[in-house]
Amino acid sequence: MSQDPVIEARSLNLTFATNDGPVHALSDVNLTINKGDFVSFIGPSGCGKTTFLRALAALEEPTSGTILVNGQTPDQARQKRSYGYVFQHAGLYPWRTIAGNIKLPLEIMGYSKSEQLRRTDEVLRLVELEDFSKKFPWQLSGGMQQRASIARALAFDAELLLMDEPFGALDEIVRDHLNEQLLELWKRTNKTICFVTHSIPEAVFLSTKIVVMSPRPGRITDVIESSLSVDRPLEIRDSTEFIEIAQRVREGLRAGHGSE
Amino acid sequence: MTLVVFAFVFWLVAWRMNVVLANSAASKTRLIKLVVPIIFGFTILVVWELVVRGLSVPMVILPPPSTIADTFLAKLPILWKDFVQTFVKGALSGYLIGCTAAIALAILVERFDFIRRGLLPVGNFLAALPIIGTAPILVMWFGFDWHSKAAVVVVMVFFPMLINTVAGLSETTAMQRDLMKTYSADPWQAFIKLRLPAAMPFIFNGLKISTTLALIGAIVAEFFGSPTLGMGFRISASIGQLALDMVWAEIVVAAIAGSAFYGIVAIIEKGVTFWHPSQRG
Amino acid sequence: MRRSFLPIIVVIAGLLAIWYAAVVPMNIKMALTAAERSGIAVTPVGAKERRDRSAMLLVVQNTFAIKDTFALERPRLPAPHQVATELWNSTVNKKITSKRSLVFHGWITLSSTLLGFAIGTGLGILLAIGIVYNRAMDMSVMPWAIASQTIPILAIAPMIIVVFNSVGLQGIFPKAIISAYLSFFPVVVGMVKGLRSPDQMHLDLLKTYNASSTEGFWKLRLPSSMPFFFASLKIGIAASLVGAIVGELPTGAVRGLGARLLSGSYYGQTIQIWSALLAAALLAAALVALIGLVQRLTLNRMGMS
Repeated sequence: MSQDPVIEARSLNLTFATNDGPVHALSDVNLTINKGDFVSFIGPSGCGKTTFLRALAALEEPTSGTILVNGQTPDQARQKRSYGYVFQHAGLYPWRTIAGNIKLPLEIMGYSKSEQLRRTDEVLRLVELEDFSKKFPWQLSGGMQQRASIARALAFDAELLLMDEPFGALDEIVRDHLNEQLLELWKRTNKTICFVTHSIPEAVFLSTKIVVMSPRPGRITDVIESSLSVDRPLEIRDSTEFIEIAQRVREGLRAGHGSE
Repeated sequence: MTLVVFAFVFWLVAWRMNVVLANSAASKTRLIKLVVPIIFGFTILVVWELVVRGLSVPMVILPPPSTIADTFLAKLPILWKDFVQTFVKGALSGYLIGCTAAIALAILVERFDFIRRGLLPVGNFLAALPIIGTAPILVMWFGFDWHSKAAVVVVMVFFPMLINTVAGLSETTAMQRDLMKTYSADPWQAFIKLRLPAAMPFIFNGLKISTTLALIGAIVAEFFGSPTLGMGFRISASIGQLALDMVWAEIVVAAIAGSAFYGIVAIIEKGVTFWHPSQRG
Repeated sequence: MRRSFLPIIVVIAGLLAIWYAAVVPMNIKMALTAAERSGIAVTPVGAKERRDRSAMLLVVQNTFAIKDTFALERPRLPAPHQVATELWNSTVNKKITSKRSLVFHGWITLSSTLLGFAIGTGLGILLAIGIVYNRAMDMSVMPWAIASQTIPILAIAPMIIVVFNSVGLQGIFPKAIISAYLSFFPVVVGMVKGLRSPDQMHLDLLKTYNASSTEGFWKLRLPSSMPFFFASLKIGIAASLVGAIVGELPTGAVRGLGARLLSGSYYGQTIQIWSALLAAALLAAALVALIGLVQRLTLNRMGMS
C-alpha cells in the first residue's frame, strides 16, 4: 500500500438544515486515504458515511473544512471525471441493453466508438457478464444488475471508485460471491475504493482500512488498519485474526452508540 | 313479435355460451379473450336487428344494423370525402401541430422550475374546461373550412399533451440525476440520454388521449359551421333530414377512424416504450 | 401548495398580458374601419387597401387607434376586461329569471349535467361491480368499455337529442342521457381499476378470515377504490358538462350555455360568445373543485391522502 494520498479530509463539517432543526451529518472529520487502499465506512444509520461519500463525489457541499481529491476540490475532480460512483440500486436504464448501459458514461465523456466497444467488452468480461451484453436490465437478476452497475463505473479511466452499500439489497449468498469478485477486481485494477456498508463481516473481509463512524453528530470513532493479507479466501472469515478485527469494529460501534 | 322472442332467446344462448367460456379452463388464452367480447358485440347487433324489426321501430328513431350497413356501402364515396375533410385535414393536422407545440413548450418549461410550478396547475385547470366551446370563436377567426377545425383540435390536445409531457420529463429519480452529475454530463446530454427516454411512457399516454380528443374536436367543431363537407356536417345535415341511417353510417366511420388512430399510436408506443413495466405485462 | 402560489399568479398574469397584447393586432383592422367612418385620417386610406396589409404594420402606422381596439362592440378578440364586464352584467346585474342571464342559462346546463352525471356514475359503479365479480361480464364488456374510449361518442349527441324529441322527450332528459353516457365509461374503467387495486396480500388475509365476497367488497375493495373513484368523478363531471353543452347545439335550443354559444356565433356577438365560454369554464372549474374538496375531506377521514 503506497503512501500517496488520494483523498484528504481536514476538519470536515457538514450540517443539513431540516424542518426539525439542524442535523450535524459530519462533525470534524479528519481522514487520509492513500492510493490503492480499500476503505470501508461502517456505522449505524445517520452516522454520516453516505454523506461523506457524497461529499467526496461533490454531490453534497461541506459547511466548513476541506476535502481534497487528487489534490483538487471534489467538484474539480468531478469535472475531470476522476471517480466512478456505484449507488445502492443498480439504476440501469431499462431502455438500453446491458452493453448500452455500460456505454452511457463513455458516450457522455466523448470516447470514440471503437474505444467504447473495447472498454465495454473488457469490463463485461471483468464482471463475468459478457454473455448478457445484449439483454435488457429487467431480464437480469438483482445481483447481475448490480454487477453491471459496477462494470459501468469501471468502464472509464477513473482511479477512484465510490460505492454506497452496493450489495445491501441482495441476499447473503449472492453477496458473498460478489464480495469475492470485487476483491479480485480490486487486486487486478489497483483502484482506490471507498465502500460504505452496514455489514461488519463485509467491511472486514474487503478492506485494508476500516473507518468506524457513529451518529449524532456524525463522526469517526475509529480507524482500523487491517492486518489481513491481500490474498484472502472466503474461509478467512473464520480465522482468529478476522474475528479480532471484527470485534474491534464492534467495540468501535458500541462506543459510538454509548456516548449518545 | 316472434322476432323479439327470438332475440331474447338468442341473447340468453349467447350469454350462456360466454359464461361457459369465461369460466372454462381455456379462458386465459388469447383466443378466448378475443372471442368472448366478439360474441358479446355480435349478440348486441343481432338483438338490435331483431328487436327493431320485430317491433317495427320507425327508421327515424332507430334503424336496424342491416340498413346501416347498406347505407354505409352505398354512400361510401361521400363517407370517404367526409373522412378526408374531417379526419385527415382537420383532426390529423391539428393533432400534429398541437402535440408538437405542447411537447416543445414542455421541454422549454421544464428547464425553469418557477415557470413549471406555475404552468402545471394552470394547465391542469385549462385541460378540464369545455374547450369545445372555443369552436365558434375559432370558426370566426379561421373561416368555415378545415383550418378552423384544425385550430379547435390544436387547442383541445394542447393542454393534456403539455401536462403529460411535463410530468414525464420530471419523472427521473434523484439517483438517476446524481449519476448524471457524477459523469459531469452537460444539460443537453442529460436531456437526450435520460429525461427524454424516461418521459416516453407519459408522452405516449398523452398522445393516445389526444387521438380521441382530436377526432371529437374536429367533428363537433363542424357543428358550428362547415362547408358542405365533413363528418360533423353530414351528421347534423342528416339529422335535419331525419336520415338517421346516414348518421349511423358516419358514426361507424368515426368509430373505425377513432379506434384505428388510437391503435396505430398504441403500436408505436409498444415499439418505443417496450422497456416499461406496463408494456411488459 | 403555498410554494406554487407565486408561480401560478405569475403565469396567469403572463397569460393575461399576452391576451391584452394580442387584442391590438387582432382588432386593428376593425378599429381602423370604424375610425375612418367617423372621419379620422387613417394610413393607408380605404379598407380594401388595408385588408392585405400585416396587422402589426397597421398598428405601427396608426398608434392612435390602439385604445379603440379595446372597446369595439363586436371585436375579433375581446379584451379581458370586456369579457369580464359582460360576464358581470349577465350574471350579477341581471335578474335570474331574465332570458339574458347567464345564471339562468348556466342553471339549465348545470341541471342536465348533474342529472346525467348522477345517472352515469350510478350505473357505472354498478357495471364496475358486475365486471369485477362476474367473469363472463368482465370478459364480454370490459374490452368494449375500453374500446369505447377511443370512439368519439360526443359526435352522436345531436342524434340522441333529435331521436328523443321525436318520441316526445324534450328538455333536460335527452341532454342528461348524453351527459350520463359521457361520464359512464370513465367511471366504469376507473372503478374497475380501483376495485381491483388491493394487492394479493390483503385479499389473502381476508380469505384466512373466511370473509364473504360482500364483506370483502365493503371492507377492502370499496375503500381501496376511493382515490380512483374520485379521479374518474373529476373526468366524468367535466365530460358531463361538455355533453350537456353540445347537446344544446343541434335543435337550435334557446336555453343553456351551449345555446348562448350558438346564438352568439350566429349573430356575430363575439363578446357574448366569450362570456358564455368563460361562464362554462368557471362552472367546470367549480364542479371539479367541489369534487376535489369532497375527495380531500373523504380521503382525510379515511387517512388515505
